[in-house]
Amino acid sequence: MLPSLPQSRFVLWSYRAYISLFLVYLAAPLLVTAVFAFNDALYPALPWKGFTLAWFFNDTEPKLGLFHDPNLMRGIANSAIVACCTTALSLIVGTTTAFLFERYEFRFKEFFYMLMLAPLVIPGVILGISILVFSSSIANGVEDRFGIELEALRPGLVLVVLGQFSFIATIATLVISARLRKFDRSLEEAALNLGGSPLEVIRTITLPYLRPALIGSAVVALLISFENFNTTLMLVGSDPPLTITMYDRMREGSTPVINAVSLFLMIGSGLLGLISVMAQRDRTAEKSP
Amino acid sequence: MTARDRRKLTFFLLLTPLLLWVGLLVVIPHIDLFLLSIREKIAPRHYVTSLANYADFFGEPVYVMTLVRTVVMSLLATAITLLVGFPVAYYIAKIAQGRARIALFMTCLLPFWVSEIVRVFGWMILLRETGVLSNFLQWAGLVQGPVEFLYNDAAVMLGLVYTSMLFVVVPLVSTIDSLDNAIVEAGYDLGGNGFVVLKEIVIPHAMPGIVAGSIVVFMLSLGNYLTPTLLGGKSSLWFTSHIYSQFITRFNWELGSAFGFVLLVASSAIVWLALRLSGQSLSTTIGRG
Repeated sequence: MLPSLPQSRFVLWSYRAYISLFLVYLAAPLLVTAVFAFNDALYPALPWKGFTLAWFFNDTEPKLGLFHDPNLMRGIANSAIVACCTTALSLIVGTTTAFLFERYEFRFKEFFYMLMLAPLVIPGVILGISILVFSSSIANGVEDRFGIELEALRPGLVLVVLGQFSFIATIATLVISARLRKFDRSLEEAALNLGGSPLEVIRTITLPYLRPALIGSAVVALLISFENFNTTLMLVGSDPPLTITMYDRMREGSTPVINAVSLFLMIGSGLLGLISVMAQRDRTAEKSP
Repeated sequence: MTARDRRKLTFFLLLTPLLLWVGLLVVIPHIDLFLLSIREKIAPRHYVTSLANYADFFGEPVYVMTLVRTVVMSLLATAITLLVGFPVAYYIAKIAQGRARIALFMTCLLPFWVSEIVRVFGWMILLRETGVLSNFLQWAGLVQGPVEFLYNDAAVMLGLVYTSMLFVVVPLVSTIDSLDNAIVEAGYDLGGNGFVVLKEIVIPHAMPGIVAGSIVVFMLSLGNYLTPTLLGGKSSLWFTSHIYSQFITRFNWELGSAFGFVLLVASSAIVWLALRLSGQSLSTTIGRG
């Protein structure tokens, strides 16, 4: 069916009803999560006991608010640290790898490309345990041999960063490659002819062109890192990121402070989304002179 | 240094990050994981190579049944996600116009800016005994007394489909969008009804999107841990939770590694089979960027 073809009103309206139902399905869980962040009850459930901001700002038990809950605040800080490190690493390696695959022909290129894609099709739990096993073998080996304890290779934030990086770098590579592929190389050649050194040319011509892709993949990397659960769960040590803290709380049956955290996360992702839309707009502005 | 040397040097500088990343975080850890899985502890600090861990897996019906159940549920989740998502993607690609189309597409993406843990939590609030749905049904007089909708397979399925929707809608919108309207019209002109046009024209054209979406959904469902653990009951155990409990609770890493490998082989085999049957390849479906 197409808008240009005649169609019975009944079919069209039932199609629209289906789409509306679908949108309700998408929105419902997020909406209730946000609304119950303001419920003045000890559990995130009905009945509605009135509006409160206690789950954000209150500083005493039993209604300890998000901004006064040391565990949750530490979780947010840990997640932020992990997300920043993972994003920085992924952008650097994603850029170099994109250049490698777009600009060079070499033996086993196809094979390396498959290996680069592999982390996307390996379940996150398995990426997590394999890195856990490998880093523990190294740490144990070093300890037996030299008697040095390598704290960084034991479960903790360093391993969480490495685990998330192992597959977020693939996503960054794909996003950056897609833009690099469309780049007109004669621009670089012109700059070289005008006397620029290769590094200058990359810095002043190619990287500015890649900017939207770099910002886009940074936003995606930050989001995925902040959200990641499976890989993180296997590598986490004594300082859990936010998703792990939330998971533990949810299993115990938490107060609506979890709703407050969720709303906080929604607003955070919304702001990130805004940044990426700005970056996209930048790109269209660039195209039209 | 000649230009040729310089190009070679740059090539190796670009290759190094990829080798470090894929080598140290993907290839070697998986080899190590495999080596651990074929190791049997016969006395403290004394190990031999054997297939005992795999024998344990195949000898214990609980493990095998959990794997089979996880695979079947994941396939079912993939099928349901496709069935629910296809009409939505078609509506966005072909029926909706102008601003409504962009708004609808953005709305479909919205829930996925939020962490999976928040989405699952939303469903918990909706479905639990004291939750929104149960209260609504009581208020409407459809049921007497509270009803528990949480902690069963249907809740897990609902959560999996919800979480996977994005990965079906996005590739489907782009493939259906690339189908020329004239071809659909020609199908009708030649006497086909809506069903025939769908079966003979739209679905074959959308096949790359269907395969790409299905693979991602299947992989994500199979490797999921959060949704089945929080929404499922005692009987709806997911295979990843066996891996988790061997690694983290029982500290039997050898058996856990064997489980990880079994999961990896099962998922790779099914993805490979799906690609074979549909005549697609991994780099064209996932790596399109």
